[in-house]
Parts: sequence; C-alpha cells; structure tokens
Amino acid sequence: MRVAPNRLVSGEAVSFFALLQGPVWGLAVLLVGLLLLSLAPPRRIYLWLTVAAATVLAVGLGALAASHATLVVQASAPFARTALGSGLWLAWLLLGLVLADALQALRAGTLARMGVATTALLPLALLLVSGGADELSIMKEYANRSDEYWGVIARHCQIVALALLFTLAVGLPLGWATHRYARVGRAMFPLLNIVQTIPSIALFGLLMAPLAWLAASWPALGRAGISGVGLAPGVLALTLYSLLPVVRGTLAGLAQVPSAVTQAAQGLGFTPAQLFWQAQVPLALPVVLSGVRIASIQAVGLAAVTALIGAGGLGSLMFEGLFSSAQDLVLLGVVPIVVLGALVDGLFKLLIGLSAKATPTMELAQ
Amino acid sequence: MIEFNNVTKTYGLAAHAPKALDDVSLRIGRGELVVLIGASGSGKSTLLKMINRMEQPDSGRVMLDGQDTAHMPLRELRLRMGYVIQSVGLFPHWTVARNIGVVPTMLDWPRERIAARVTELLRVFDLDPATYGPRYPHQLSGGQQQRVGVARALAGDPEVLLMDEPFGALDPLIRTALQDEVKRIHQASGKTIVMVTHDIDEALRLGTQIVLLEQGRIVQVGSPLALLSQPANAQVADFIGRSDVGIKLLSLQRADSLARADAPHSGPSLPANATLREAVSTLALHGCQSLNLLDDTGAHAGVLHATDLFNRRHTGSLPLSDDQGQHA
Repeated sequence: MRVAPNRLVSGEAVSFFALLQGPVWGLAVLLVGLLLLSLAPPRRIYLWLTVAAATVLAVGLGALAASHATLVVQASAPFARTALGSGLWLAWLLLGLVLADALQALRAGTLARMGVATTALLPLALLLVSGGADELSIMKEYANRSDEYWGVIARHCQIVALALLFTLAVGLPLGWATHRYARVGRAMFPLLNIVQTIPSIALFGLLMAPLAWLAASWPALGRAGISGVGLAPGVLALTLYSLLPVVRGTLAGLAQVPSAVTQAAQGLGFTPAQLFWQAQVPLALPVVLSGVRIASIQAVGLAAVTALIGAGGLGSLMFEGLFSSAQDLVLLGVVPIVVLGALVDGLFKLLIGLSAKATPTMELAQ
Repeated sequence: MIEFNNVTKTYGLAAHAPKALDDVSLRIGRGELVVLIGASGSGKSTLLKMINRMEQPDSGRVMLDGQDTAHMPLRELRLRMGYVIQSVGLFPHWTVARNIGVVPTMLDWPRERIAARVTELLRVFDLDPATYGPRYPHQLSGGQQQRVGVARALAGDPEVLLMDEPFGALDPLIRTALQDEVKRIHQASGKTIVMVTHDIDEALRLGTQIVLLEQGRIVQVGSPLALLSQPANAQVADFIGRSDVGIKLLSLQRADSLARADAPHSGPSLPANATLREAVSTLALHGCQSLNLLDDTGAHAGVLHATDLFNRRHTGSLPLSDDQGQHA
C-alpha cells in the first residue's frame, strides 16, 4: 500500500510485513501454507486446500488494506490517501492464477468455478458496499463521482450491447451465407481480416468523416443520433471488429454439422426450414456461441477506446485519469471493465455449456 | 412399382465426362427386395438416389406407381419412402425415441400413436424400449445405431425402403444379424426394398432380384439363382467369383429340401431351415455322411445324406446350365 498526505503526491509504501500483528499473522500463515501446498502432490484434497487458502487470502488482503486505510485516516490527516500498492494487485493476480490452475487440475465444472468466484468476490463486494473500504483512495475517487458512475457503466454496457446487437443481426446471416455459398466466404473473409488489423483509433478516425457526411446530408439521421463523434462511430467500429469472430464461429458451427445428418434429414423428407431449425441450428449453436463470446469480450475491452471519440463509457474515466495522472481514477475505470469482461465470459461459458448439453458428442455421428 | 425409363446422368460439364448412368431402364415390382450391386463408380448409388430425388436424371424418367416422380411434391415423395445410409446420420442431439419418431411427427400422427410405433419398432430390432428409447445415439454401438437408423426409416410405414450400403461399416457378425432382420422385415411386411451394396454375398443372401451394374449400365438382372447359374458374361462371372459358385449355389437352398424321411440317428444335427452350405460345412466338420434335421420346435424333421448333396438328380432342381464351364 501507499500512503500519501493528499491526492497529488505519490506517497510512501507500507509493506505487508509492517502490518504483521494480531490476526494478520493468520494471513502470513496462509501464505506460507500456500507455498508448501504448491510443493504437495496434486491430490484432490491438497488442491481443494489450495483453493480454500487462496480464496481466504484474497479476501483477507483486501480487508487488511481497507482496515489500514481507515486507521490512517483516523490517526492522521483526513486528507490522507491510502492507495492499493502494486504488490497487492500483483498478489491478487497471482492468487487468481493459483485458483484457476487448481480448479483446472480439479476439472471443476462451471458451477463449481462460479461458486469459488462468488466466495472470493462476495465478501470483497460486501466490504465495498458496507463502506468498510471507503477510506481507500479508489473509493474516495468513487465517492467524488458516485452520482455519474453508474451512468457511465450503463453507457459502457449500452455501447457493447448495441454493437453486439448489430453484429448478430449482420454476422449470423453472413456466417450462414459463407457456409451456403463458398464464394461469399472468399469475398468476405479477406475484408473482415483487414478490418481486424486496423488499429481501433484509426478505425474511429476513418468512420468519423463518412458518418459526419451522412448526418449532414440527411438531417433525419443526425436527429436519430448519427454523427461523426459520439455513440454512432463507436458502435459501428465495434460492430466491424466483432463481425470476424461471429462470422467465423457461425461458419465453423455450420460446417461441423455432420453431412450424414443433413443427408439423412433430406432423404427422410425434411423441408429446408426444418433442416435448418431442427438440425443445423441446435448442432451449430455451441460453436456459434463461442464466436459470440470472443466478440463480446473483445467488445467490452474495446468499448473503452470509444471514449476517445466521445462515446462515453468507462473509457472516459480511464482516459481522464491517464491525462491527469490520477492512477486511482484509471483503476476506477479499468476494474469494472475487467469485471464486466469476466461476467460476460462466465455468462457465455454457461450458455455454451447448456447448448452443448443438448448436443452430446457428435463423434459417432460423423 | 418403381420404373426407370432410359435414365442418363453425367457428373461434370465436360462433353467427354464419363456417364454415371447410361440409358438405364429397369422395373422394380411391388414387394421385391432388389439389390443394386456393382463396383464403385458403377452408378448403383446414383440409381438408388434417383428414386427419392436425392439425384436428378439428366434425361429419362423415374416413375412411382405410374407417376413421374419429377412432378411429385418432393417432401410428399420422400415421406412415402424410408431412407437408410451407410453413415446412419442419426440426429445426435435427439434421443433414440425422438429419432425414430421423426417421420411420424412430420406426418402429424397423434402423440400416442407415435409413442406406440417407436416402442413397437424398438422391440422389432431387439432393443429394449425402456433402456434404449431415452438414450442418445452416441451411447449406442455401431450396430445399434444402424438398427435405429433402419427403425427410423420404417417408422412412417413407407411403401418403399431405400438402403444405401446400410451395413457396409459394420463388422461381419453384426452385419449378418442385421441382414437377417431386414430379410425378416421384408418377408413380414411385403414392402418394396431397394438396397445398394458391393458385397455379393449380401446380395445373394437378401435379394429377390439382383441388378448388376457396370460403368453406368445394367449388365444383368435376375434372381440370385439365375445370376449364379447363368451369368450373362465373363465379367458377371468374375464379379460373382468363379471358384466358389458351387458353394454359393448351395447357400441358396434349404437343407430340408433334400431331406429323407429316415429315423433319427446318432450323428450331428442342424436346423431344418439352415442352408445346404451350412449342411456341407457341418458334414465336413464332423467327417460324417449324414445329419439330423430339426424343425423350429426341435422335433426331428428328416435326415440329410451327403450323397444326395452331390447327386445331380437331386440338385438338378437348380437350373444349372451345362455350358457354365465355358463361361467360367
């Protein structure tokens, strides 16, 4: 942790070992235990112990930081700022990796993973909500902006949701077309690949001029919210980026439907519509959803950049922090982006799991 | 009745492209089990697929009960026919019961009737409905999958059953069992069955009529007996196999057809409905001159003597042509 007398100076570091007293020793013991467990043979009992230790440690470190911040404010000046040090962020990252690795070795299902994630994150979330962490500098930044903060998150979600909506509306039919007509694929993929290589900021720039022209030429479009800056170019650029994974996923999904199934269905008298809805869609769904998942996670991250052209969202906090060297403000923007990304990831993994359950392994059908 | 009138089909656009089917005309009578056989590329599969319009002829007509299939609504035509392919193609995301019930569902049968039909078919194919109905295709063995495939094709009670190398991917033991089942179903239901195979033994075993194709042309049409005893030319004789024609002929005749009404003796015994081929095998195995025949109930049904097997006076019932040696 770093403690500074006010927001502007960078403050001095407080190490974990300086705080070693009373119950904090428990955390130190857990840390040593985790080290020892890393040497233990990979039995299920040790792996679950590792999961438990890492979860408690992650929560405990957060609680420790919050309580120290409260102590500092009570002891010295009310303007003092206690920021989470890079060591703590790094520790959380490592604990996350330890958890992921242990769960992987345990072959834990989606539900077990979500359970562990909830046990780790719920106490931290409660800490935030209860006000116990209010004296941490990142929470002070939040307090400064609490009235606009949730609006900013909603805006971010709106950008992502709109982009995904357009991507699905365009990408799914396009993916189907590339499957049905090989020529469409040959024309489409080079184009989408090129779009994917254009740096995001450049793409926003490229989109500004034509959109501004459109809005100027047809004022109705302008009134509908289309303009060179703001939401429209942001959503449009994100849509263009998201198209490639969605079209790819749709094509791959349809292509792996066994030809024996389509042939048998046709021979038995399925209409093309029945073939599509009853066989191709359910069998392609898990792969299509994996494509949508990649597109969504990518969109959550990229949406931050749209702040540069005035689309708003969490990126606006992040860039404001960057330009004013306010690290905590940057984090205030970044952390929710990471959480959103993880949530979207988890949601799609769950959906993929559900759709794959309806589609038991196809190996034998091929 | 299915009729092919001067059907021609060419794949590819080039003028010199080989013809998959070259002016083929063929009549398949109601209730026949017709086996289309030939080397790969002979056009047998294309001919089969023209019946349910999975393939279209370039010229010529395919008639079903006197109606040109080209003018029938495609879906209606296909719903009248069962279709079985080598790779089975069960719907992997549906249970066995739903797979079998798919055509009745499309025919808008009431729910209870579909369920009853699925249960009935699973029983016919020796699969316990309670155990196998709720399973998914990937939980079945290859032989069970193809049983379900055939059951699915039969579910809508079609007039015609089309089978495209249905047992080609199965091991010999299971293949024989499924062949027996198809033969039984054919005899019990009187359905018209058209089957493609490249296995001459399968053709001889199952077919009431065998159609031998070569490079898109029909070389010979006839009963298994006719094909064995009077091959149309040297290629047919080659295809059937020259060295074991006699054995194959024996496999077409039942053991009790040559039985004498003697009293049972202490030698080996065989079911009366076994083939003469099996009888020869049993005689050779036991090194004896005669064996007892038993009917379905296990009762004595006569004695088969080796001497009768190799005596033309008895096997003379087979129309063996004297010039067969010249063909062979």
